[in-house]
Amino acid sequence: MFDIDKWQEILSTIKKNKLRTFLTGFAVAWGIFMLMVLLGAGNGLSNGVGSNFEGNAINAMWIWSRETSMPHAGFQSGRRIQLTMDDLEAISEMEKIDKISARYWIGDRTYAFGNEYGNYNTQSCHPDYMVIEKFEITKGRFLNDIDMQYARKVMVIGADIDNALFKGVDPIGQILKVGNVPFKVIGVYAEKDPREGTRQGLIPITTAQKLFNAGNRIHNIALTTFDVSKNESQAIEKEIRNLLAQNHKFHPDDERAVGLYNSLENYIETMNIFRTIKMFVWLIGIGTLIAGIVGVSNIMLIVVKERTKEIGIRKALGATPASIVGLVLLESILITALAGYVGMFLGISLMEMVNFAMEKQAQANVGASGDRGEMRMFMNPTVDLGIAVSAMFLLVSAGALAGYIPARRAAAVKPIEALHDE
Amino acid sequence: MITLTNIHKSYQMGTNSLHVLKGIDLEIQQGEFVSIMGSSGSGKSTLLNILGILDNYDRGEYHLDGQLIRNMSERKAANYRNETLGFIFQSFNLISFKNAVENVALPLYYKGIRRKKRNAIALEYLDKLGLKNWAEHMPNELSGGQKQRVAIARALISQPKVILADEPTGALDTQTSYEVMEILKSVNKEGITVIIVTHEHDIAAMTDKIIKLKDGNIGDLIINGDLASFKKEFAKELQPA
Repeated sequence: MFDIDKWQEILSTIKKNKLRTFLTGFAVAWGIFMLMVLLGAGNGLSNGVGSNFEGNAINAMWIWSRETSMPHAGFQSGRRIQLTMDDLEAISEMEKIDKISARYWIGDRTYAFGNEYGNYNTQSCHPDYMVIEKFEITKGRFLNDIDMQYARKVMVIGADIDNALFKGVDPIGQILKVGNVPFKVIGVYAEKDPREGTRQGLIPITTAQKLFNAGNRIHNIALTTFDVSKNESQAIEKEIRNLLAQNHKFHPDDERAVGLYNSLENYIETMNIFRTIKMFVWLIGIGTLIAGIVGVSNIMLIVVKERTKEIGIRKALGATPASIVGLVLLESILITALAGYVGMFLGISLMEMVNFAMEKQAQANVGASGDRGEMRMFMNPTVDLGIAVSAMFLLVSAGALAGYIPARRAAAVKPIEALHDE
Repeated sequence: MITLTNIHKSYQMGTNSLHVLKGIDLEIQQGEFVSIMGSSGSGKSTLLNILGILDNYDRGEYHLDGQLIRNMSERKAANYRNETLGFIFQSFNLISFKNAVENVALPLYYKGIRRKKRNAIALEYLDKLGLKNWAEHMPNELSGGQKQRVAIARALISQPKVILADEPTGALDTQTSYEVMEILKSVNKEGITVIIVTHEHDIAAMTDKIIKLKDGNIGDLIINGDLASFKKEFAKELQPA
């Protein structure tokens, strides 16, 4: 029931009790504002660190060769393990392995196009490597199976090389000299994570084997798994170690014989840390909310106490208890809702402003070329509107409850007692 | 109009029980102008509160306008107060953050009359009491006499059958007291029952009937013809001993 007269009565009461209104409103607005800032900061931290995983597939593993640290099967420790294409072959036949690529570095070479030249790193790999590294192909295409099959002299270059050597000329189809070997440029890649850089040329591994005497050797295996849990991922890790131990005759428990980086494990661990941080932020947020609720309740108690005499007068003039409770309650709901909205608006505005400023900063950083960007710790510090609204709803209903209990008591008091209250 | 039969009322004061009213029998007719007197602690305010349904009583029966008033729900009591009764208090009891016209209009708010209309009616009543020019003033900008006149206007606006006044002149000087009594007299002439509690003889002498309370009982009932002698007696009291 919307009774315009009732609201007029409430509005006139509010208008004439500005300090009281302000104090109630401030407690609510502050509580919501702090909650928004806290949750926003927590989200920002989580988004920021989460974004650092964007550079690679999160379910990727890297395997590289090292030296044994245990004597095994007649071999002494300290033996260098050399990964080969056979290892790659064996691992790719395992279950739950999705993409797999070998990596073989050819090392620094002078790249020359026309009069422009520079020293860049050349790496050979399989076509799957694009998915594992999450490369973004900005021009042309990535390596494919036919390139592999015919060991073509084709190269995908990083955006940095494109910028430095081609200077506006479309690099696709151009011949780039790597040392003395001419390669045809078929694509340009960019990295989502600026830290990883794009100062590499990528060629098919079969080409490297033929042209740069790689033979059967590889430096490194990169792979992604199908969707697996942390435990499954660890099991795969173990399985790979066992397989390599068998192939290369080192002790299966010799962790130092091959290096293995499991990004999923890492990702899950980081996300666990953030779950903890988020929980902590929520804890503080709820604490702030409770402080706000207590503040509102206190003020409502004082308000009702202060109005006891007025309530007595109103009752003597014929106010029913329900109308008294309604008056106090609606006033408190109106104030807390409005103030809560203001607090939410200010909090969200602040976080959006911070977000805007940070994005500007990030763009400026990217603009200054050569800067590879830093590890990002903070990003997009905004709050889910649903959470904001429900927090506000909670605070408003707490304020209403805090007003209701003393209002009902005051309304139940005999008017004569209320009138004598000083 | 008002019939009290054997009304008892006691207050709990910690472990002690204070028996304030010890069986009051009283009848007040429509249109009477009555004062209740008595020394402090005689129970006169308590009696008025019971009459005004501001307080309940322990034993006996109270009929107001033919209706038994007992164990009433708050809601019903509020209705009765709004419809039948008008209150005037010693300390005026105006709502401090409302101006004169809003204070006067408040009982009509609880009758559900729209704001514009009730403010217009309130202004009429203020005009009757010579306060039209003060309508927009806040209570703290008014003198004691003006505040009490605002309070009287507020008591009258719901057109009650009974006006209950608790020491209406208690906070006023003699001159203003007499003015207020004149107003109450003219209110009574319009047929409204007026009951005032006072301890001032000269104020009581202006009414038609004086009920003297003594230790929770009716000690003396002075009616019409006797009033002349009461006035004489009162005049005697005024003489320096």
